[in-house]
Amino acid sequence: MPSTPHIGLFIPCYVDQFYPNVAIATLELLEKLGCQVTYPMGQTCCGQPMANAGYERDTVATTKHFIRVFKDFDYIVAPSGSCVLHVKEHAPSIDGMEKEQSDLHHKIFELSEFLVDILKIDNIKGSFPHKVGFHASCHGQRGLRISSSSELNQSPFNKVKQLMANLEGLEWVELDRKDECCGFGGTFAVTEEALSIQMGKDRLDDHSIHGAEILTGGDMSCIMHLQGIAKRNRNTMQFKHFAEILNEAIS
Amino acid sequence: MSHPAKASEFLQDPAKSKWHDETLWFVRDKRDKSTKSVPEWEKLRDLASQIKDNVLANLGSYLEEFERNAKANNIHVHWAKDAAGHNEIVLGILREKQCKAIVKSKSILTEECHLNPYLEKNGVEVVDTDLGERIVQFLNQAPSHIVLPAIHLKKRDISEIFHEKLHTEKGNEDPDYLTQAARIHLREKFLNAKVAITGVNFGVAETGEFVVCTNEGNADMGVHLADVHIASMGIEKIIPKREHLGVFLRVLARSATGQSVTNYTSHFRSPSPGKEIHIILVDNGRTEQLGRPKFKDSLKCIRCGACMNTCPIYRRSGGFSYESTVPGPIGSILSPGIDLQKHSSLPFASTLCGSCTDVCPVKINIHEQLYEWRQEITKAQPDKAKSFAMKFANGIFAVPFAYNISGSMMRGALKILPDSITYSGLNTWGKQRDLPEIPNESFKDWYKKNRK
Amino acid sequence: MSSKDLILSKIKAVPLEPKDIPIIPDFETDGDLTANFTASIQANKGEVISTDALKSLLDSGVFEKVYSRVDEYSSFSNAEFPEDAHQLNDLNLAILRGQFGVAENGAIWLEDPDMGLRALPFITEHLVIVLDSDQLVGNMHQAYQRIGKKTSGFGLFLAGPSKTADIEQSLVIGAHGAKSLRVVLL
Repeated sequence: MPSTPHIGLFIPCYVDQFYPNVAIATLELLEKLGCQVTYPMGQTCCGQPMANAGYERDTVATTKHFIRVFKDFDYIVAPSGSCVLHVKEHAPSIDGMEKEQSDLHHKIFELSEFLVDILKIDNIKGSFPHKVGFHASCHGQRGLRISSSSELNQSPFNKVKQLMANLEGLEWVELDRKDECCGFGGTFAVTEEALSIQMGKDRLDDHSIHGAEILTGGDMSCIMHLQGIAKRNRNTMQFKHFAEILNEAIS
Repeated sequence: MSHPAKASEFLQDPAKSKWHDETLWFVRDKRDKSTKSVPEWEKLRDLASQIKDNVLANLGSYLEEFERNAKANNIHVHWAKDAAGHNEIVLGILREKQCKAIVKSKSILTEECHLNPYLEKNGVEVVDTDLGERIVQFLNQAPSHIVLPAIHLKKRDISEIFHEKLHTEKGNEDPDYLTQAARIHLREKFLNAKVAITGVNFGVAETGEFVVCTNEGNADMGVHLADVHIASMGIEKIIPKREHLGVFLRVLARSATGQSVTNYTSHFRSPSPGKEIHIILVDNGRTEQLGRPKFKDSLKCIRCGACMNTCPIYRRSGGFSYESTVPGPIGSILSPGIDLQKHSSLPFASTLCGSCTDVCPVKINIHEQLYEWRQEITKAQPDKAKSFAMKFANGIFAVPFAYNISGSMMRGALKILPDSITYSGLNTWGKQRDLPEIPNESFKDWYKKNRK
Repeated sequence: MSSKDLILSKIKAVPLEPKDIPIIPDFETDGDLTANFTASIQANKGEVISTDALKSLLDSGVFEKVYSRVDEYSSFSNAEFPEDAHQLNDLNLAILRGQFGVAENGAIWLEDPDMGLRALPFITEHLVIVLDSDQLVGNMHQAYQRIGKKTSGFGLFLAGPSKTADIEQSLVIGAHGAKSLRVVLL
């Protein structure tokens, strides 16, 4: 491994467009932790929405482009579990780029995985005196195993919680249903709108009932959906990606 | 109607749908407490999964071994290539025995074959003896869950139908009272039935025996009082050896209801003197599914229902919203194999959260198969492509993902459009959610200014 | 072509990778077998009672028609064992001997000779099973090792009284089978 690895910052398309602060926080956080980070301007969508809607075969061009844009970095890091999971597991195989694609799969990480497993950071020191509820986005959790699943018989772990363990004043809220899906699900949010909304409302209630001030997680897609419901219902819950919390809190 | 329409309907009664969700979550929770008390739980899942992998890889030879051994023990073995074949075999046996009234314990396979209406059309009275199944039978409904058939009904609903059919006290909703009434009513049916039909939880190739698990004892009450026991078994229910029952019986009830074992686990190896046992081995699309590399692992299913209990969609939309004999996550990967057109909305009735896969005792990769069925469905149904394009256009996600439109133009448009347009009926996202606040610049813009 | 041949030929036509049968390891069971078995029976809404308690129960006459296959209690049998199980419909109490019990879940193993008629443990209104406490195994793997290759026509694991939760998930004891299970551990 080179002494100062060069990290390619992968920002999901909707984060680029709607939540630039999350991208900025990710970039600044990595830089504060001593990383050399570049955001390759040519990146576009990873193709996940199309693939999940049943058009994986139509994402060949997108996938090829993704590989070309990111192949020369030592690591690729994204503030999104679902996009990283898609690239690793559901991007179509590209003929003629087998090695690059395989290499890419081994060096792409969601942010909390990267901090804990690669940078070997135990936790971030700083201050964040708030009651925080964690939403375990499904793809990050059951896909990338960023945190333990309530379904499995395993010792509990949570990489995001671990990173926040030393933030002064932070109170981690315990939920009734620790890892139930928020109901976003990509096109599901629109094609099964009634279910999507009910699931989102139930997640918000779980956080509200247990006193969360700030709802955080690793995927802005989930947060966008939950925040949209909260605002429509005049719920004053705040929403932050954990990158924003860590970047704000870091001393 | 497709799943979204039925789900929407179900959710129109918020109190009922919340109750349904909480009731099934309670079952999931019981399952968790039970599985966490078994330190080797994950190892058991691995074993169950591997045994079933071995079964599917050797299905033909295990079925032949099973038949040989069962026949040597005086069990009549029949083979049915499809539902019609199965139903004809059952009727044939009933006609031979001149039997016009039977009792039947829970068998999702007989539901799949639509056995009851077929027999009734041919002059045979069929009484479903599992309490939940008898209740839905009285109501002319199908079971809404493969293990908890009446989970969608409240005490009040059951009290009303029992008052009508069994003349119980009007308004008496006490479960003990109602169950006792059903006990008396069904005891009479058991005593008079000459033929009893059961399902099969496991068929053991090594010994030719088969196993039926119940809590109520209704399968046994039927078969031990009758002269003839007909057992309907899907060909995938075979397991290689008796010792493998040790693995499956440790995971089945814990996954289904959180109990450590069902009350009764009956092993049928040969008939009582003077009686007959018939077993019908049914294909009905299973060999087709076996031939689908991405979907054949769905045949490992032991019908525990855990995936239904854990599914946030199933809990909030109910079994009937799937319009398939087996509903929920497992149903959504089995049914498209039977009728792709009819069941094309099912693999999309999911957020691919993966909870089903994590509770499955035989480690079927359910959520991955749901993803794979989506790929098959869009290939097979170009019309659906159009409707999805429409949904994209109507939903928020056409906008960020349309790289032909420049980001700033799109963001600008959303900023200045009045809410009445942004949140018009065409925009499904906006029906019950606000759009995110529109930032002044994208991250790309910021990066250009601040880093390059 | 017969259905059998059709089905088998369709299976044969599918190219399938070989997959080995896994070896089932010996899982350790810890804790006292009797204590764990008792807890399991109780969790299944059965009861473990002493021989004295059983005797008092039988002496009390609360069970009108009693049939015992266990010699120690044959003096309490007042029902003839019929040839036709239908005639057991009014039996109030059956006393049987179990072969062994499984601590992890309270399952008790019975075969044809233990029951006499297969309907007996189900049709009786109440059930008592007598079991030697040194005939307990820890888990189901050990149970099947114990059963081995035995060839009884019918074998039964019975773990509690008949029950259902089909009415709004309210647990009701005594669906179609026995309304109670009392186990006497000798």
